[in-house]
Amino acid sequence: MDTPASYVQVGFILISLPNLLVIIGMLVVFVAALVAPFPGHRGAGEDGDDLAD
Amino acid sequence: MKGPPVDQDTYYRGIPTLPYDLVKEFVLALVGSGIIIVVLALALSSPDVPPLTIQTWAQQDPVDFVTTATSELAGTSFSAAYGPPYTDGSDSVQTIGPFAPQAWAGNAVHLDTAHDFVLGPLGDASVGNADLAAALKTYNGADTTTQQGWLTAYTTALDTATAQDGQVVVASGDYGPVPVLMSNLLGVARTGGLDGLLLAGGQFFATNYTRPLLFMGDGGYLAGLAEDQHLLGSQWGMMNETGSYPGQAWLWLYSMWYQIPPYNTAPNADLLVVLTMLVVTLLLAFVPHIPILRDIPRWIPIHRLIWRDYYRWRRRHPSPDPT
Amino acid sequence: MTSPTEPPGPALGDGSWTGATRRLLERLIPLDHLLPTRQPFFVGSWVYVFGVVAVTALVWVIGSGVVLAFFGPGWWHVSGVGHLVNSIHFWSVQFFFVFVALHLWGQYFMASWRDGRAATWLVGVVIFIIGLVTGFTGYVAQQNLDAQWIAINAKDGINATGAGAFFNVLDFGQMYGIHVMLLPILVTMLVALHVLQVRMRGVVKPIEVKASSSGGNPPPTAAP
Repeated sequence: MDTPASYVQVGFILISLPNLLVIIGMLVVFVAALVAPFPGHRGAGEDGDDLAD
Repeated sequence: MKGPPVDQDTYYRGIPTLPYDLVKEFVLALVGSGIIIVVLALALSSPDVPPLTIQTWAQQDPVDFVTTATSELAGTSFSAAYGPPYTDGSDSVQTIGPFAPQAWAGNAVHLDTAHDFVLGPLGDASVGNADLAAALKTYNGADTTTQQGWLTAYTTALDTATAQDGQVVVASGDYGPVPVLMSNLLGVARTGGLDGLLLAGGQFFATNYTRPLLFMGDGGYLAGLAEDQHLLGSQWGMMNETGSYPGQAWLWLYSMWYQIPPYNTAPNADLLVVLTMLVVTLLLAFVPHIPILRDIPRWIPIHRLIWRDYYRWRRRHPSPDPT
Repeated sequence: MTSPTEPPGPALGDGSWTGATRRLLERLIPLDHLLPTRQPFFVGSWVYVFGVVAVTALVWVIGSGVVLAFFGPGWWHVSGVGHLVNSIHFWSVQFFFVFVALHLWGQYFMASWRDGRAATWLVGVVIFIIGLVTGFTGYVAQQNLDAQWIAINAKDGINATGAGAFFNVLDFGQMYGIHVMLLPILVTMLVALHVLQVRMRGVVKPIEVKASSSGGNPPPTAAP
């Protein structure tokens, strides 16, 4: 990990590969969070409970 | 008596609830993130390129060291001519018209590069060194014009200087006592003594590295090491880390301005970028009150995905009240 | 309700500051709002997890930071265990900023500032900014080549604002003290406030077609 990183140049943008991977990883995680089903989530709350405890 | 800021019973009326264990979620997240973090730490470690010392600088690039030291003595170095907060000059003062906060803040460090970086340490080193003591006496006894003549000639000669056996060799010329001063300063630096002298500043305890860092920053050797690691501003260096580690990706916007007009050619680029980022930050902070910015979430309906189950439920259970 | 140690009989009257403080807290953040066992069902999305993950990353940042502070700023350069603790500190900082950003994206696209939650949003932005400054003071306190270079370059931007006269990035002692004590206290207090704000008001309801939310936009004519 101590060897210099590779760099990606697109136009005036110059980004290191590790940084690019972090940003791509963030986008992947965000999209995954949007589409992945959430555990314990039954169909659309049909039990009709009110919030009052 | 007034109720809470939001009456949650009223706010959520009609919306079904699910059991949700916040504390368990926190604990699971703590353990999960901990596992990932520790695995990354064990597998990839963290960057730690050793710092440059003045000693290494003097040994590896004596010409650059002596060139820098000469400019400090002459008062022409970046730090010497900087202006507030270091010196009384003004070369690095950034303004926008009459707006000059750097100048208003004033000189806080009171740096005297000729004394602090060169003559002071040489004075300490001259004890028991008759040649050096004599050279210092000659230099200090000359008038300013004479001194500047020696320094200008020596600076020009340094352009074509070479390093031989760790010493700096220049073409012959009239440099007065300057070469003796510089070779002695180089000698002190090569032993590590200048690191100590510049940090300690005559004190015992020291935690303020202003002087050694300014001195090293004025030279080219440190910048060369930084360029090798892609840390220069023109290399988007603010975002980068040494080695193959992720850097500070969150500084992408701050770095970006420096690469584009008008910032990339502006002498007051730093002030312009800081003010730009201040505006951007205020826009972000007050998004709830800013038209268009606060409406984008409706126009780019990512929320339709997040709340898809809710909207499906809503179609079957239309909201009874208009609020 | 009196506590078990208070003898029966009338409590202090309305002039009691303690009673007033307690009543205020009970009104603002009743315990069943602070630690509810149920949530409205629309909270069932992984996007809601980004915030708590960011908080747990902060716990790891501070925990590893405490160990680093205990053994002193030179330790991690000379000790294998120290370097490991520093690595945990490094990666948990990366984790923190990643999840703060993900949390920001999620909350932005949910327009979570609606229905009186603009202050929550504002505190969140302040946490982000203070976090950036905390990270910055940490980077210049590393005592390695990266720290030297960052300090030498950052000084110009800071000096241009006039702040360089009292915030000297070349002064390790100043940067270290701000980094290990002042800013972590501030970040922790702000995060606690942010979480309390969320708990006080509850999570914001989904964006509706009707013009019920703050912002004053005319409602679109189509239902979702």
